[in-house]
Order: sequence, then structure tokens, then C-alpha cells
Amino acid sequence: MAMNQKKRILGAWITAIVAIAVCFGAAYALSGGPDTPVPSPLTGVYLGKGKKCVAPVSVMRRYHMQFLLNQRTLTVHEGIRTKRFLLTNCVDCHADPKTHSVLGKHGFCASCHEYAAVQIDCFSCHSPHPQRLTAESAITLAPQHSRLAEMVKTTAITQIQSDPVDGPQ
Amino acid sequence: MKSIDFREIEGRSLGYYALLAFFGVLVLIGLGAAYYMETNGHHVTGMNNQIVWGIPHVFAVFMIVSASGVLNVASIASVFGRTMYKPLARLSGLLAITLLIGGLTVLVLDLGKPDRLIVAMTTYNFKSIFAWNIFLYTGFMVVVAVYLWMMMERRMNVHTHTAGLAAFIWRLTLTTGTGSIFGFLIARQAYDSALLAPMFIIMSFSFGLAIFVLYTMAAYNLTGRPLGDAILRRLKNLLGVFVASVLYFVVVYHLTNLYMTAHHDFERFILLDGGVYTALFWIGQILIGSIVPLVILFHPRLGGSRRMIALAAALVLVGAFCQIYVIIVGGQAFPLILFPGKIVSSSFFDGAIGQYRPSLPEIALGIGGVSLALAMTTFAIKVLPFLPASLADSDVDPHQAAVKATETAHA
Amino acid sequence: MSIDRRQFLTVGGAVLASVALAPGMRLIELAQARSPDEAVTSLQRWGMLVDTTRCAEGCSACVTACNKENGLQQNVRLDIRPQWIRTVTLRDEHTGYVQTLPMMCQHCEEPPCADVCPTGASFRRADGIVLVDRHICIGCRYCMMACPYKARSFVHENLTDQRANVPRGKGTVEACTMCVHRVDEGRIPACVEACNSDGGKALTFGDMKDPASEIAKRLATQQSEEIRPDLALDTGVRYQGL
Repeated sequence: MAMNQKKRILGAWITAIVAIAVCFGAAYALSGGPDTPVPSPLTGVYLGKGKKCVAPVSVMRRYHMQFLLNQRTLTVHEGIRTKRFLLTNCVDCHADPKTHSVLGKHGFCASCHEYAAVQIDCFSCHSPHPQRLTAESAITLAPQHSRLAEMVKTTAITQIQSDPVDGPQ
Repeated sequence: MKSIDFREIEGRSLGYYALLAFFGVLVLIGLGAAYYMETNGHHVTGMNNQIVWGIPHVFAVFMIVSASGVLNVASIASVFGRTMYKPLARLSGLLAITLLIGGLTVLVLDLGKPDRLIVAMTTYNFKSIFAWNIFLYTGFMVVVAVYLWMMMERRMNVHTHTAGLAAFIWRLTLTTGTGSIFGFLIARQAYDSALLAPMFIIMSFSFGLAIFVLYTMAAYNLTGRPLGDAILRRLKNLLGVFVASVLYFVVVYHLTNLYMTAHHDFERFILLDGGVYTALFWIGQILIGSIVPLVILFHPRLGGSRRMIALAAALVLVGAFCQIYVIIVGGQAFPLILFPGKIVSSSFFDGAIGQYRPSLPEIALGIGGVSLALAMTTFAIKVLPFLPASLADSDVDPHQAAVKATETAHA
Repeated sequence: MSIDRRQFLTVGGAVLASVALAPGMRLIELAQARSPDEAVTSLQRWGMLVDTTRCAEGCSACVTACNKENGLQQNVRLDIRPQWIRTVTLRDEHTGYVQTLPMMCQHCEEPPCADVCPTGASFRRADGIVLVDRHICIGCRYCMMACPYKARSFVHENLTDQRANVPRGKGTVEACTMCVHRVDEGRIPACVEACNSDGGKALTFGDMKDPASEIAKRLATQQSEEIRPDLALDTGVRYQGL
């Protein structure tokens, strides 16, 4: 192969690599690092029942999917049902009291996902409505398991209370 | 022996574009059907909780099995050194890839969650023969593509034998994998047999060769290129041997089942009172797909007629389709035996023969897959030199060429 | 092999319980109790015992309860309707003796569905419950081909009114979960609860590995059998009076 040709091929490679690097760099700069706040369209949207979310809002906005993904594996495969990042718990809190749903035009999940043009796959299987878990579950408990049930309740409550959180907005 | 002159087909005629457009429309209809099935859910198909695999799977298995079998022609040339098959090797490799793509497309588009194909590609359970097949299928395409490259690039020709051997071993593994999808199902009367894997291999020989014969005849006929009798005679004799071998395996499979008392009910179902399945077995698979083609292929006069050879190959394919239908759908229609010696009934069709009626979208999806394979092949032979310019006797058979040369010398 | 705090505690609890000459209820309870942040372990194996002699013809308490608990839609064609538990009627070919019994996922120790699943969506949880992880189920239905008990069904249509604790959706395969969402809370499956209150008290649920549980005691002292024992799948659902 001629020397000239080799140089040209090398040049083409360098150009290609630089071009790819520039593209990725630009994409990263435009998308912002982990600390850049995620823009939100939340106007006229019911935000949630409590004063605080289970993690700082900026963290939840950026990482809620990772939390949910991690939790889903723990729940389905290992039976770990700590309430903090459980989807049912999210829905219970964030469902609009008028529509009883996180979907719909002003739904907590749907409005933001529509704004960001990211399709949600959760609710083709999961219910977008809050569950009605009331005291009746404690009554139907098998006697030998009542202790565990008590633990479920108290742990869930203390966990939510003890988690480091900040205000909803 | 003079070198073979491979040449792209011209592909500028109205007929060529019309053919491509025809396949294209069928592919689009198939895609539309898949979209319809996916958005509505499988309740718009004939499949249900009893017959979970239907017509799409018949099409897919038919094409995947044929894909591995069609490669045989190339293997005979490269691995077993028969020079007569050398001119056919490229088309054989090409059809192997396109048929496999067609079959896999149907299989994937019938999934309940085709959008999650990426999950199937990233999460594996290596105890599952399905997971193995994902590697066997993608690997097959790569191996055959490399094999084609070795054949088509003059500098690489020296490696053809090695690549051909690798492809041959791979295709045997692949068909074993496809057969094992069914062979490993311990619970079902129809599938609980190690015989299924070798039977699928011999089925692939027969189905693949039938497709190859038909495609070659059609391509040479439509392009007006010469196709000699010598090569056709070889191919049709080989096809006859393969059809007979499949028949032999079918007989052994049913004889083994008949010997086991526990399988008597299933055999009675398929062979005697299974309704549509019994009819498909005896009339479709045995009569139309095996006996009639055998008679044609080995008949001294009929076997010499091109039309008859083409008819025989087409009948083999009809029989093949019936055979796979009986294996897949018939095998599921026969109820699982949970309580031997008891007559079982429930609201969930326990103990009842499964009911299945193929729906239009399913059939459209299957036909779309076949069309995709044919369209890809027909397009590929236009852009790359897959077909020899001539398959006339004097160009193919060294012996024939020598005879001809002496004849001209004498004249 | 390293052992973490959680495993140490559970193993320790079990050892304590077994060494004690007369294990009091409290010790057993400690061995069983699992806090919600603890993973399930193979120290437990949930199972069910069906006494078919108490299963009356025409009774469908378990089926109704299951459909309600799991939100299984009933307004669809029979051949695609989900039936996680169903009553099966058996009639002896020769004697004509008729009996009924419930059939559902048998929660095998060696589940064929999990063996054939290409993505690992079908799996057996450490405590013996066989489940489908619908997040990675691609809807190929190979597990339905492999299941010897015809226990699985495929969701053929779009669903909208799922129960919060029982996510289900189109294009995935499903089966009895042994009411895993209830078991994780320390409750018993809906079918067992219904059979005890409205049915013939034919169903017993519990930890087959806990020697003090009712199910373990009865399995140890009374005759019981699996369906299709020839397959050697070691099922978690066992039957009496077959």
C-alpha cells in the first residue's frame, strides 16, 4: 500500500474520531450533568399528599426511573417491599384526588412525560390508581404472622419519616 | 475445468419490478397485520390459552428449518467436493440467510411484546434452548455471510472449504436446536421424543432442497438463462432420497409412539380420529407431500419432465407445511394428561381437544415473512453475482463437457 | 463463602429454633418473620395442601376469591379467559367415581417453565413461589408449552382495571402467584382464606420447611401426593384423596 494512501486513511480515522467526540461532547453539554435541574412543566398539577417526597425533588426528577428499576427487581425476585420506592406507594401519594390517577392531562406522571416526550410503559400493567389498603388487611392476617404485619406497618412509616428529604417544590 | 461465470441478473424489466413490488406489498400487509395483532392483543388471532403457538410459528419453523437445509447444496460442493454443485453454492448460501431472516421476522413479530426484543438480546437464561437459538440463529447468519465472502472473493477462495465446513457444522447444530424446542417439552405427548432433533435435520434437507430447486428453476426461466438437464436430474434424485428419508423418520417416530402404551391415545388422535389433523397428516403430509412426489421424481418418464419436477418440489413444500402444522398445532391440540385413567373436564378445557382456527392477520404475517425472504433474494441476485450465467450441461458437468468436445472433434 | 448480617440472623434463628428441645411459638415466629427489607430465603418453602375429600362438587369459593383478589377479567371469551385457579372434575374411566379438585400453578421446585424461558422471566423465588417477571417477559409462550399442568395463561387483550398489588398486562404470560403480595405481608392466599370461610376447608397453606407449621405436620404424618409424580418436579402444591 502506498505511503500516501496510508496517511490518507489515518487522516480519515482521526477526523471520524474527532467528529464523534465532538458530537458526544455537545450532547453531554446540552443535556447537562447530573446536577443540572430537569425542567418541569408542573403547572396545575396535583403534586402529592405529604409535605415531602421520599428523596429531594431534584434527585427524584432525574433518577426516579433508576430507583423504580432497582426496586422492581428487588420486589419481584426477592420479595423486598420497602415502601420508599415502591411504585404503588408513589401512586398512592401522587394520584390526583379528583381523577384518582397519575395519568390524564394533569396527571402527575403523564403531564411531565408528555412534556418530555418519554413514553411510560409502567401503566400498561400497573394500576395508575391508588390502592385502598386499610385496616382490614390487619384483621385478615393469619395469627402467627401478625407480628410481621405489625413490622411491615411500623417499618414503612418510620422509614418514610426518617429519610432525608426536602420540600415538594 | 473452466471457471464458472457468475453474473448479476439484469433486473430492469417491467416483470422484475412488478415481482419486487408484489413481494413488497405482501411484506407491507404482513407488517400491518403484525401491528394490528400487537395493538389489539392476541385475541384478534385464532391463538388462545390452549393453542398458544399457531400459524405464525408454522411459517417461522418452516422457514428456519428450510434455511438450514437450503445450505446443503453449498455444503455438498465445498465440504464434500462435488464440483457439479459448485455453481449453485452462492445461491444456496444466499437463500439460507434470507429464509432465516424471513422466519425470524415472523417469530419476533408474533411475540406478545415485540418491542422488548432488546430484552431477549440482553437477558439470557442459558438453560433455555430458546436462548441458545438466539445465538445459533444470529451466528448462522454471520458464518454463512463469511462463507459467501470466501466463495465470492477470489483471493479468499482458498478458505472456502474451511468456511463451508464451519457453516455445515453450524447448520446441523442450528436444526438440532430448532428440533429441540419441541423435543425438550417433557410434558406433552407429541414432543417428548429425542427423535425430533434428527427428524428436523432430515426435514430441513428435504424442504430446503425443494425451495432451492423451485427458486433456481424460476430464476433461470424468468431471466432466460440456460439451465441444463444434468444438474436438474441430480437435484431431483437427491430430493427424492431426502423425501424418502423424511418418510422413514416419520414412520419410526410413530412406530416408537405406538409401542409405548402411554402414547396410544395421542397416536389414535393423529392417525385416526383427530379430524383436521388426521386429514392433514394422511392427505397433506403423507400422500401429497411424500408419496406423490416420490412417484414423480423416480418415475422414468415423469421424472424427466421439468414441469413435473417443479410440481414435485412444490408438493414437497405443501407436505412440509402440513407436517409442521401437525407437529406444532396438532401436538398442542391433544390435551395434556394430568390424571391417567380419569376423564377430566373443567372450564379451562382440561381433557378437551384444543380448538384453533387460523385468523387472517396471522396468515398475512406468515406470508409477509415468506415474501420478505423472496424479495431479499430477488434483490440480492441483481446487485451481486450469485447466479452463474449458464447452468447448461456443458458448462456445469466436466464429463458432459468432455463428451461434447469429443463429439465436435469427430464432426 | 461470605455470610452477611441478614443471613446470619436468619440462619441463627433457625438453628436456635431447632436446637431448643421444645421450641416455643415465639422462637418459631422469629425464624419465620421477615421484615420488608429482607430478601426471601430458601429457609422457607411456601406450599399448599389440598384435601380433595373436602372439596365439594359445585363449590367455587376459591375460584371466585382468586378472580376478585387478582382482578382477573371475566368478560372475555372462554378460551382466552385467565383462570389462575380452576376446579377440575375427574371421573374414573372404569369405576365412574367422580371427584373435584382445584388446579393451579403447582409451584415446582424444578419448574419446566423456568427452564425453557429464554429471558429468565419465569423463575422460582428462593421461598418456592414460581413467578413471571413481567418486566422481562417477551410473550413467547414457550413456558405455556412446557408447563405440564396447563397452569399458565396469556394476556390476550389490553387491560385497564388492574388491582394495585397485582400488575398484569397485555402480551405477557401469567399464572397463580400464590398471592405473593399477601404472603409477603404475612397473609395467606385469597383462595385458602375463602375456602376456610365459605368452602369446605380443603386448603392448607404454610411453610413446608417449618416443622411446627400445620402443613409440615400433616405432610409428615398423612399420605399426600403430587400430580404427575413421574416428572419428579417436587411440587409445592400437594393433594390428598386422589
